[in-house]
Amino acid sequence: MLILTCPYCGIHCDETELANGGEAHLKREGPGSSDDAFEAYLFDRDNPMGVHFERWRHANGCGKWFLAARDTVTMEVFGTYKAQSIEPPAEIVERIRAKRPDWEGRA
Amino acid sequence: MSIRLESGGRLIDRSKPLGFTFDTNPMQGYAGDTLASALLGSGQVLVNRSYKYHRPRGIVASGAEEPNALVGLGQGGRFEPDQRATTTELFDGLIAMSQNAWPSLGFDAMAVNGWFSSMMPAGFYYKTFLWPRSFWKHVYEPVIRDAAASGLPPKEPDADLYEHFYAFVDVLIVGGGIAGLQAALVAGRAGARVLLIEQTAHWGGRAPVDGVEIDGQPADVWIADTIAALQAMENVTLRARCMGAGLYDHGFALGYERLSDHTPGDGRPRHRLWKIRAGRIVTATGAIERPLSFAGNDVPGVMLASAVRDYVVNFGVAPGRRTVVVTNNDDAYRTALVLIDAGLEVPAIVDVRERSDGPLARECVRRGVRAETGAAVMKVKGGKQVAGVMLCRANGTGGAGALLECDCVAMSGGWSPVVHLWSHCGGKLLWSDEYAHFYPDPSRAPTGADGAPFVSTAGAASGCMASGEVLADAAEKGAAAVGAAYSGDLPQTNDIEELPMQPVWVMPTGALPELRAKMFLDFQNDVKVSDVQLAAQEGYESVELTKRYTTLGMANDQGKLSNINGLAVLSQSLGEAIPQVGTTTFRPPYQPISFGSIAGEARGGTFQPLRRTPMHDWHEAAGAYLEPVGHWKRPYCYPKPGESHAEAVAREVKATRASLGMLDASTLGKIVVKGPDAGRFLDMLYTNKMSTLKPGRCRYGLMCNENGFLMDDGVVARLDDDTFLCHTTSGGADHVHGHMEDWLQCEWWDWKVWTVNLTEQYGQIAIVGPNARKLMESLGGMDVSKEALPFMGWVEGELAGFPVRVYRISFSGELSYEIAVPAGQARALWDAVLADGAAFGITPYGTEALHVMRAEKGFIMIGDETDGTVIPQDLGLDWAISKKKDDYLGKRAQERSFMTRDDRWKLVGLETLDGSVLPDGIYAVGEGENANGQRNTIGRVTSTYHSPTLGKGIAMGLVAHGPERMGEVLKFAATDGAMIEARIVDPVFYDPDGEKQNV
Repeated sequence: MLILTCPYCGIHCDETELANGGEAHLKREGPGSSDDAFEAYLFDRDNPMGVHFERWRHANGCGKWFLAARDTVTMEVFGTYKAQSIEPPAEIVERIRAKRPDWEGRA
Repeated sequence: MSIRLESGGRLIDRSKPLGFTFDTNPMQGYAGDTLASALLGSGQVLVNRSYKYHRPRGIVASGAEEPNALVGLGQGGRFEPDQRATTTELFDGLIAMSQNAWPSLGFDAMAVNGWFSSMMPAGFYYKTFLWPRSFWKHVYEPVIRDAAASGLPPKEPDADLYEHFYAFVDVLIVGGGIAGLQAALVAGRAGARVLLIEQTAHWGGRAPVDGVEIDGQPADVWIADTIAALQAMENVTLRARCMGAGLYDHGFALGYERLSDHTPGDGRPRHRLWKIRAGRIVTATGAIERPLSFAGNDVPGVMLASAVRDYVVNFGVAPGRRTVVVTNNDDAYRTALVLIDAGLEVPAIVDVRERSDGPLARECVRRGVRAETGAAVMKVKGGKQVAGVMLCRANGTGGAGALLECDCVAMSGGWSPVVHLWSHCGGKLLWSDEYAHFYPDPSRAPTGADGAPFVSTAGAASGCMASGEVLADAAEKGAAAVGAAYSGDLPQTNDIEELPMQPVWVMPTGALPELRAKMFLDFQNDVKVSDVQLAAQEGYESVELTKRYTTLGMANDQGKLSNINGLAVLSQSLGEAIPQVGTTTFRPPYQPISFGSIAGEARGGTFQPLRRTPMHDWHEAAGAYLEPVGHWKRPYCYPKPGESHAEAVAREVKATRASLGMLDASTLGKIVVKGPDAGRFLDMLYTNKMSTLKPGRCRYGLMCNENGFLMDDGVVARLDDDTFLCHTTSGGADHVHGHMEDWLQCEWWDWKVWTVNLTEQYGQIAIVGPNARKLMESLGGMDVSKEALPFMGWVEGELAGFPVRVYRISFSGELSYEIAVPAGQARALWDAVLADGAAFGITPYGTEALHVMRAEKGFIMIGDETDGTVIPQDLGLDWAISKKKDDYLGKRAQERSFMTRDDRWKLVGLETLDGSVLPDGIYAVGEGENANGQRNTIGRVTSTYHSPTLGKGIAMGLVAHGPERMGEVLKFAATDGAMIEARIVDPVFYDPDGEKQNV
């Protein structure tokens, strides 16, 4: 039962207020993309034991989608940020590197 | 035989006798008794039968770890099976029934299983009942289920109330023994919001029973003082009868409070489920004593040494008159002393250790008890009650030994910390060679959102065995929970020096197979030492697999007594160290919790929120038969007195097609999409082009997901240049709105679009049938002529004085107007329509008539023709897919080779040759068989109805090459083996040219 802070309304959301939307920072592939690229976009997902970036929606709250960086094993949350982000904010990446020196970065 | 002693019993009140029955026999106990102590006090040693062999079973323990004493409790709406007698508080009039015995507890016909126990080893069911396959369903399973039945399910609805409760605290402390109390005191004094919960009705745990003295006084005094101090703190909350059921991520914990189990029917809720968020959690859950594995350790009268002590001290009950103590540690000597103090006989203490001369042992010898060192119990004599024990050397093979008569055996194999809660969310364990138990590894605690540990253990749960250590550990953990180091004084205790225990997993150590086959590890599931050894021989090296193969620890008690002993036997058999073999996974709840507590208030009318349309009350008053659609309840039909549902549906369809019908369409999803980029956005969301739609016009649209599969459909109306109103399916509005927001917020966040779900802001009434225009004219106020309001157009205006928007759309094939009106006025408009419609015999119709009429027209229904694997092209909806657009959600996916194959199952109409109705979901069979020997399938029915209009069965289905096979007859395989023949026809059964809707 995670608690994540919604970066829009600032509420510390109980997991029951949230809806998970799977892996964050996927790049959409549309018409004209290769079969391999499209398959990867639809189905290939990271499932790491460790640092992970996820989509969450404050579904039973302000309704906004946001992104979260957390450790899937220790449940440590490195930060949440707005869904309108191409990549994780630098300060969150720094925080992860400080705490997880072995982290190889996003796949 | 067990008896109630003349005096003693710190928890009972002898001035308050309570009557109860066990298997209809009247018995008596006292206020403060548990059902277990009352049974023992009434001489009832035999309480149950085991699961597999139906062997006699007695009470083994005195708390949550009890594996045997499960009873059916109560009657009628308060009957509940599998209730643990050791955790059931006695009340006057309690009714308990034994389980798992037939015809009676004393004489169980199934006990013959025990005679053949050598033929029912580990994995017996797996090995024996493999073939023939058909025997499983009709022979093996029913017989096994009958033979292995546990409690019976209740037959009546639960008479009690349950509730959920939310709590937010700085520190949650689980366990109200002296460790929990000490930790609460320290954390409470630091000003933290503290919640302390204890699963039993009493504070202080077992310290008072064990003769602990604190600061020179009996533990009871310190406990009472500490409770008083805690109760005086406003920041501390105490809850007895509240078990810590489970720990979860980020400081979430479940508490299970049993408010009125001991006062049934007093009006209070029975159970309360606490949903707790805590900054820090301290588990002070104590330790559980382990049984010893000797032959016949399952005979009623063989009990844990600590439990024997509990019954004497707490309840004034002697489990036996002559008790032999068997032990590998000093603690069990306390039981011998307690028994002697109570005037009971202890013919011998059997200690596996060669040397036993600690202070407790010396005191026993001084009191005249014979101590047999280096000795073991070879086997227990007796059937339904212990008659004696045969002794032998501890390290021998169990040769003929001396018989010692007794009626109770108190065994102690050492203590295991209760690490369940610690382990629930990831706490790791270490192995202690000193105590032969697993204990929490503080360096690998469960961690929270900040990456720091949020759970710690205190007292015996940490592996502290002496009360002085317990209190020091608890003070330290209580302080750490509020971010401090403990610096105050510690209470002084009278700890007695204890000699090291000596692990013994099989007794005697060289026991021959005949003995090992009578040494029980799991009393409830009849798992013996020989079973685990056999599993190891057969290659089960993993403790998780051995558990499932032998059913060790899979009973109601979840292995609280059996797990450590079982995995020690496994590790010995494998020749590996115990920590290498590891434990099975600890999962919540710690003890079973009631389904009622999980459901809480969500039951009957409050099971889930009910969405009501503005006309809901009218539907109910009109006697509508309601069906759930999402969280809505919609009229399925409006049966008249004496009319069946099918007859009502047929009447509604005919009346609508002949003259006039009306439908409450308020549940239809209504989402406004607005902004300069609204058209561009809808072009991506729908397969067809919405940006070219003119204001004042409507267009049917299909919505797919990125996988290309059809997700939702509906009519889009363009309200003005930058505003669209998207109608969705009744059940799909919230999902579609969420889908829109997902793409707007996460992909096209620079597009200027705003969406609002207005589903509940408007009531919607469909007026349907050849007389629809006449009724609209009669209502008056707007021009509804073909010229002013053509098919697929909409207008805004006033109808019968109501502000409305009228859409000329049809889901029935008839002339049809859908009128949207502000929700607050919808009922008034409904009444006005009914009044004016009387002249045309207007007939309200329900969802089934709606379905029949749409099927007669060959219109698809999301959820019938679609199932998440169907693309629009499968349904012949190519006309609604834009060829001109570069992109829309699902377009790329629909270009995949599998989606473009020409043998995909496609939509057709189906008619049985005899006019009957095809069963729903039925498959058409083709030539040949698949790899599993089943007939190949070539299609299936997706919608099927009796058409009152056509007077025959009509259906829609998906068939391979379907549209190219018009007129062909297919065979459909019914579940009874029959083949039903149906012809492929055009899916539009009624008015194929659409003349009726376009007048």
